[in-house]
Amino acid sequence: MTDVLFSSLGQLFTVPHMLYMVIGVLIGLIVGIIPGLGGIAGMSLLLPFLYGMEPSVALGMLMGLVAVIPTGDTFASVLLGIPGSSASQATVVDGFALAKKGQAARALSSAFLSSMIGGLIGALVLTAFILIARPVVLSFSSSELFMLTLLGLSMVAVLSGKDVFKGIAACGVGLLVGTIGMAPATGEFRLPFEIDYLYDGLPLVVVGLGIFALPEIIDLLVKRGAIAEQPCQLGKGWKEGVKDVAKRPGLVARCAGIGSLMGTIPGLAGSVVDWLTYGHAVQSAKDKSQFGKGDIRGVIAPESANNACACGAMVPTLLFGIPGSGTAAVFLGGLLLLGLQPGVSMLETNLDLTYTIIWSLALANILGAALCLGLARPVASLTRVPFVILAPLITILILFAAYQATRSLGDLFALGIIGAIGVLFKQANWSRPAFLIGFVLAPGAEAYFYQAAQFQGAEAFMRPGVLIIGALIAASLLLPPLRSYLKKRRRADESTTQEFQEEVTPLALGVIDVALLGSLLAVAGYMWWAFADLSMLGGIMPRLAIAIIVAACVLEIIRTVIKPMKWQTQTLSQQLLWVAGFFALIGGVMVLGFLFAAAVFCLGFLLVVARMKPVAAVGLAAGVTLFLMGMANLLTLTYPTGMLAGL
Amino acid sequence: MTTLKNTPLKTFKKALLVVACSTLGAISVNAQADEVTVPDTIHWTIPFGVGGGTDVWARFFSTWMSDHIQGSPTLVIDNVPGGGSINGSNLFAMRAAADGSQWIGTSASTQYPAMLQDRRVRYSYDDWTPILATPTGGVVYAQPSLGDIAEEVLNAVTNQRVKFAVQSHTGLELPVLIALDLLGADVQAVSGMRSRGEGRLAFERGEADIDFQTTSAYFSSVEPLVESGRAVPLFSLGVLNDSGEIVRDPAFPDLPTFNEVYETLHGEAPSGPAAEAYRKFFASGFTLQKLILLPNDAPEALIKEYRDAARRFVDTEDFKEAAIAQLGPYTPVVGEVVEQHLQDAMSLDDATRQWLVEWLLEQHGARI
Repeated sequence: MTDVLFSSLGQLFTVPHMLYMVIGVLIGLIVGIIPGLGGIAGMSLLLPFLYGMEPSVALGMLMGLVAVIPTGDTFASVLLGIPGSSASQATVVDGFALAKKGQAARALSSAFLSSMIGGLIGALVLTAFILIARPVVLSFSSSELFMLTLLGLSMVAVLSGKDVFKGIAACGVGLLVGTIGMAPATGEFRLPFEIDYLYDGLPLVVVGLGIFALPEIIDLLVKRGAIAEQPCQLGKGWKEGVKDVAKRPGLVARCAGIGSLMGTIPGLAGSVVDWLTYGHAVQSAKDKSQFGKGDIRGVIAPESANNACACGAMVPTLLFGIPGSGTAAVFLGGLLLLGLQPGVSMLETNLDLTYTIIWSLALANILGAALCLGLARPVASLTRVPFVILAPLITILILFAAYQATRSLGDLFALGIIGAIGVLFKQANWSRPAFLIGFVLAPGAEAYFYQAAQFQGAEAFMRPGVLIIGALIAASLLLPPLRSYLKKRRRADESTTQEFQEEVTPLALGVIDVALLGSLLAVAGYMWWAFADLSMLGGIMPRLAIAIIVAACVLEIIRTVIKPMKWQTQTLSQQLLWVAGFFALIGGVMVLGFLFAAAVFCLGFLLVVARMKPVAAVGLAAGVTLFLMGMANLLTLTYPTGMLAGL
Repeated sequence: MTTLKNTPLKTFKKALLVVACSTLGAISVNAQADEVTVPDTIHWTIPFGVGGGTDVWARFFSTWMSDHIQGSPTLVIDNVPGGGSINGSNLFAMRAAADGSQWIGTSASTQYPAMLQDRRVRYSYDDWTPILATPTGGVVYAQPSLGDIAEEVLNAVTNQRVKFAVQSHTGLELPVLIALDLLGADVQAVSGMRSRGEGRLAFERGEADIDFQTTSAYFSSVEPLVESGRAVPLFSLGVLNDSGEIVRDPAFPDLPTFNEVYETLHGEAPSGPAAEAYRKFFASGFTLQKLILLPNDAPEALIKEYRDAARRFVDTEDFKEAAIAQLGPYTPVVGEVVEQHLQDAMSLDDATRQWLVEWLLEQHGARI
């Protein structure tokens, strides 16, 4: 075995292999950096050249691409608050908060370094694990997968802190939105208002962009100024970021381990991993106060995990022919085009190719991270640019990104609607990650629960794996409150007098909270009525989600009534104006077509709102239009042409 | 260390070409029209995602088609996924120009909803004409705990309820479900698998008792199980020969077909609405599993040219050698033959459909 290991390493350092791998890495970085494009877009650029290529060289190229996408997409997450792909959603939370503090370079450099280390650990784990992975993968049956989705959902409690009921309500909304589409058990359709667009459910990219990116854009527009609210020190930040990672080897190793293990389990997409590891970082931290406001550990944890996860995802892809992620699905297509059938034979007759894949992953991770580290300093200066200039460009970019999801106008509307919910959540401080976790895990939780019940019946919940994961969930839910309770008691014993000096900030409630609570209850009532004719099996999940929303809302109301709370002023009028503006832009796209509307919008915004010099504004608007046209050509994209074109 | 097949310089040039092409997008080559004007660029809609089975199939064929059509037009694959291929097909039906520059590649999951009159379907196969179709076969296999040989298993499944992991009740597994029902098996179909592969995984985990895979997946992933005694093959679906009879699959010459098994058990060929439904869905989902189609009103000469192009390569040794990995040991069917089979397969009479609706609801609790 060792000779195979080293002969494939030797093959890696031949000229054609290196060359194609570098091409893969470069394309991977570019599609990673552009929001909305990810592994799938990158792969589709390379697939046309695959047929007829020598397998080992072609695999190097593909792996170069797969490996660096979770690295490249960090730029958009940290600098612009746009989740570049589903793998980097958790990075946005603290990464963008750091960028706003003027520490973009620090966040980026620790993200890239932890990506690299995570990727290397993932490749290392893969080297040994792939030989024994078969029984391990097979031991995860539908009931264990269901428990894993519950473990993911339990992170909501960790992430929402003291606003636990708001967090649960947000998660319930996410769950409800996640059940839109076909019921896995019966094939019934759960469509609010009978909208065809919703047959496949809402795309994750659109929801991620809507809930995170749009509210941030609007917030920055309202505040004015640049993304970085405090002065940046790029050079210093860079070194600091490297030190941040060096100081936390344990966190990096643990998260990379979690990432590569979760990646090997088919059916759990990479999007769960980053929240799980983020939650882990929060739980294991002594001082939790800075999470969400710019704690570097919130960047290191998911970034160490997502590259490792990309490595782990190769296990089910190669051994079972079952893709572990969206990108792996396309990679599987690439394998077939090369005439390679994944399966047991990948270990028996093609072990050399399997190791070529693993080595390429490791090498590409180093290359990609090194390139990104080099880029981090210059690119981070973007955060110093006045945001009004960036806003139109970013808006067009996220419209473009959302449109990639299903390439229909519905994507844009969905983005606007989820964005509006995101704005409300952000202004009232409801947990947006909780919403996203609910959304991501709803389909899995439902399908695996149904399958577990069907396949295994009541025995499903007595399996050892299920009990172990169940204990993990109980620990993550019960330990933190227990620990803080003990701490409080100990302190109370030490000095009873000091107790009153510790001022607990009272719960705050604002007008948006009241509006949200009210409208959620109303929506829950309406949905209950709308789903009345669903069968028992097809309707159980949405009804459960509605029940969670109602229970959480009622508990929150009771809590505010019986506990002391402070009335908080929450502003919204300006934000609503910008949301309306966003919908007007979508209207513009419908009438004028995407390209024309984008050009006019950029130009108008830059001239009127940003008050730029005409020459510069025209230049920027032309640049945006050219970018869109280039992308259309590259990705064989047809933009919405607008009603005017039909006349 | 392996020896290099290409000199570094050559490789470098090739690599540059890849970069150039992937940056510039599709480069169109001018057609030199001899008799018919072939478009420079043909847009081929694939209503499935990149890297899926139909996408890989289309990418394999695009090189061969492009090389054999006069003037070697550029074939651009346009993936429009969504709704299990219904979205892309609806869009194609609505938008595609009839000048022969637009093709669509469909699969069983495009054919079945049309046959079942799914209310989302706004395309009709009557509006399209086929260029080429590729068949596939498949094998039903079971856990060895049900019996060591096929006969024992088939006997066992009539006495006890067996679980079968499917994508959906009306997916590619539909004819298999009907076939098992005809054999008297008591099948509990657990739906919601995202691919046939996930179904196989459920079988390997021991959750499902019975499973089904198409030919290529069977060879790569099930045969090792059979060899190590972890799966027992029961029957193949067979293939349709030129005279419309179901015969043994060339990929599995030693395995009886479903019809043979049925005849051994019951002494006669299957008949009635269930048998009719099986025949139709087998034909449209397996015999004609993947199709290249274009709008009916495309220029006759172009349709002929495309069909001729396919005929120019399907029987060559080079193609057969390349195709074995992609298509299995099956030869693509070209032109008019496909047209006849397709019309027959897609026309489900009302009585059969009615039977199917009731059967799905009673047996599997699924509504269509």
